[in-house]
Amino acid sequence: MSTVATTQIKLTPERSRPTVRARLQDALPKIVLAPSFAITIVFVYGFILWTIYLSFTNSKTFPSYVITGSRAYQRLWGWTFDTDPPSSWYTSITNMGIFGFLYILICLALGLFLAILLDQKIRGEGVLRPIYLYPMALSFIVTGVAWKWFLDPGLGLEQTLHQWGWTSFHFDWIKNKDFVIYTVVIAGVWQASGFIMAMFLAGLRGIDGEIMKAAQIDGATTFQLYRRIVIPLLRPIFLSAFIVLAHLAIKSYDLVVALTSGGPGGSAWLPSNFMYEYTFKRNEMAVGSASAVIMLMTIVAIIVPYLYSELREKPR
Amino acid sequence: MLRKLLIGTALATSFAFSAHAADVKEVQMLHWWTSGGEAAALNVLKGDLAKEGYAWKDVPVAGGGGDAAMTALKAMVAAGNYPTASQMLGYTVLDYAAAGVMGDLTETAKKEGWDKSVPAALQKFSVYDGKWVAAPVNVHSVNWLWINKAVMDKIGGTEPKTFDDFVALLDKAKAAGVIPLALGGQNWQEATMFDSVVLSTGGPEFYKKAFNDLDDASLKSDTMKKSFDNLAKLVTYVDPNFSGRDWNLATAMVIKGDALVQVMGDWAKGEFHAAKKTPGTDFLCYRFPGTDGSVIYNSDMFGMFNVPEDRKAAQVALATATLSKSFQSAFNVVKGSVPARTDVPDTDFDACGKKGIADLKAANEGGTLFGSLAQGYGAPPAVANAYKDVVSKFVHGQIKTSDEAVTELVKAIDDAK
Repeated sequence: MSTVATTQIKLTPERSRPTVRARLQDALPKIVLAPSFAITIVFVYGFILWTIYLSFTNSKTFPSYVITGSRAYQRLWGWTFDTDPPSSWYTSITNMGIFGFLYILICLALGLFLAILLDQKIRGEGVLRPIYLYPMALSFIVTGVAWKWFLDPGLGLEQTLHQWGWTSFHFDWIKNKDFVIYTVVIAGVWQASGFIMAMFLAGLRGIDGEIMKAAQIDGATTFQLYRRIVIPLLRPIFLSAFIVLAHLAIKSYDLVVALTSGGPGGSAWLPSNFMYEYTFKRNEMAVGSASAVIMLMTIVAIIVPYLYSELREKPR
Repeated sequence: MLRKLLIGTALATSFAFSAHAADVKEVQMLHWWTSGGEAAALNVLKGDLAKEGYAWKDVPVAGGGGDAAMTALKAMVAAGNYPTASQMLGYTVLDYAAAGVMGDLTETAKKEGWDKSVPAALQKFSVYDGKWVAAPVNVHSVNWLWINKAVMDKIGGTEPKTFDDFVALLDKAKAAGVIPLALGGQNWQEATMFDSVVLSTGGPEFYKKAFNDLDDASLKSDTMKKSFDNLAKLVTYVDPNFSGRDWNLATAMVIKGDALVQVMGDWAKGEFHAAKKTPGTDFLCYRFPGTDGSVIYNSDMFGMFNVPEDRKAAQVALATATLSKSFQSAFNVVKGSVPARTDVPDTDFDACGKKGIADLKAANEGGTLFGSLAQGYGAPPAVANAYKDVVSKFVHGQIKTSDEAVTELVKAIDDAK
């Protein structure tokens, strides 16, 4: 780049002043972007590398920089198969599977369903839309605490229904070690599905009405219309929604803490809880780092092929 | 635009510098005592220091609770920006001392006679490598029963002296239709109760061997199995809704008379006081049955950091004020704990406090003062948390039998060591 600029100067020495200015103008976006670029490099990618490094040390309370091998990974690997009684790591990763799968699936399904209903040119859409969307404005902590009270058998839903006379009603999932993770799914879905709905609604509004009319003239039923035309056209929205939901699922540490404080016997842990617990409360920084690295690898393993397959088709 | 940027940068830097250059007449304190009683208790210390001309500055911690504070402390220390002192617990002090960031208060300690007045078991955490690095603020003990007197009178119960007595008492409460045992199903509460159960089941020697020395043979002994069986027995007396409950809500159940008894450390007394209840007439405090004469303790400490020379005077003033008899008495009356030195007069304390002070003194002299494993005074955090995991999984049914619990306990502790 600089060589090009110098040649230009040599070729046209009499216009050197504007060239300097032009060069500055040329470089300005880069200069402006440089700080944020540097910050990202250091604080995101730099610390990812640092975490990977730490996971191979025997760091306890404080980071230690002597590489001691993969003991942290060996311990995690051992815990992966400790199913009876379930080790905290085993609980965390199975919970991640259950939570991630149900959360993403239900949010997508519910969001799409709500968006289709709202798209029927109904009256009062302007009122309904924000009602579904606003849970997203709450932090996970608020969502967690609200649902904690609502689902508590002694305070919320069960108690209320008992008072109304339905005394056989029983809903104690939040106190049950086998079901507590599903309450996290419920609270998570409640919070995010409205946002996903808004994304789908925007997508639906972007679909050309002519296509729909053409299909209707061809005699397509409403179901066929959505199944064959609308949903395939919404594919880019699915991609965006999936990526948003996947990262929300993986980082939902605070929801678990606020809603269940870890669940009975630690049965609601997600890998992020495991990571925090080991790094900061148990002073096993190496194990915490190793679990963080495994989380990162898992995300990469899921997201990269998906992104690749979705983005490759673009130039078609 | 460039000028604005420069001015902005200059401003930001000057802010950073002014935040860094701490006033030498200022005590920077990191703590998580922000709620009612505790904050009031701390005001006594602020007043004492103000009299000597030292200003008090709280180091803000977002999000309350000890964990957030410890995370903040780690970041501050890593950045070389030490507070004058920080509230710390047990092995954390030793970890930081091993990392070489703690100050040295040995001179002050000699002058004030801390060696003699602070119980030896506590000095294990406040003295590192022969140097005083922390000033203990209080001694809590965890092997207490907190009983609602009205309920006790109604069911005609008397002080339980043995574990079997205790079970009989719980049965009586059950028959009378009150919740016998108020428990919060969080791992630290369950493990705190189990500390007492083990001391009661195995006696002082056994507790020390198993939970302070982490002796393998004791950990997998039949006595430990029996302890788990006893714990399982106690858990049958809790209400079905106990899991995840906060400790103060469990205390509230006893205060309101919904439940008969809670097994909890003496910080529970603060809740009774806040509800305007008096010991002896509204509530009763007994040692956990079968543990009279022994004290399982934990203690809050003010860890003293290796601050620059010009800030040391403030630090010494803080440490001296912290261990002064007047503050120890005033603070602990409010907090519910007992003084960290055994030569403080008990005149201002209530009946439970007086018993606590006498018990601590006796336990210190008789060698039956033990660190609580659940509270992080029996073993380093990795081990203590592994222990809490096992107890909690046993209480909530992931671990089904006491045989399995013992095997898991040994495995978990070995793994964490």
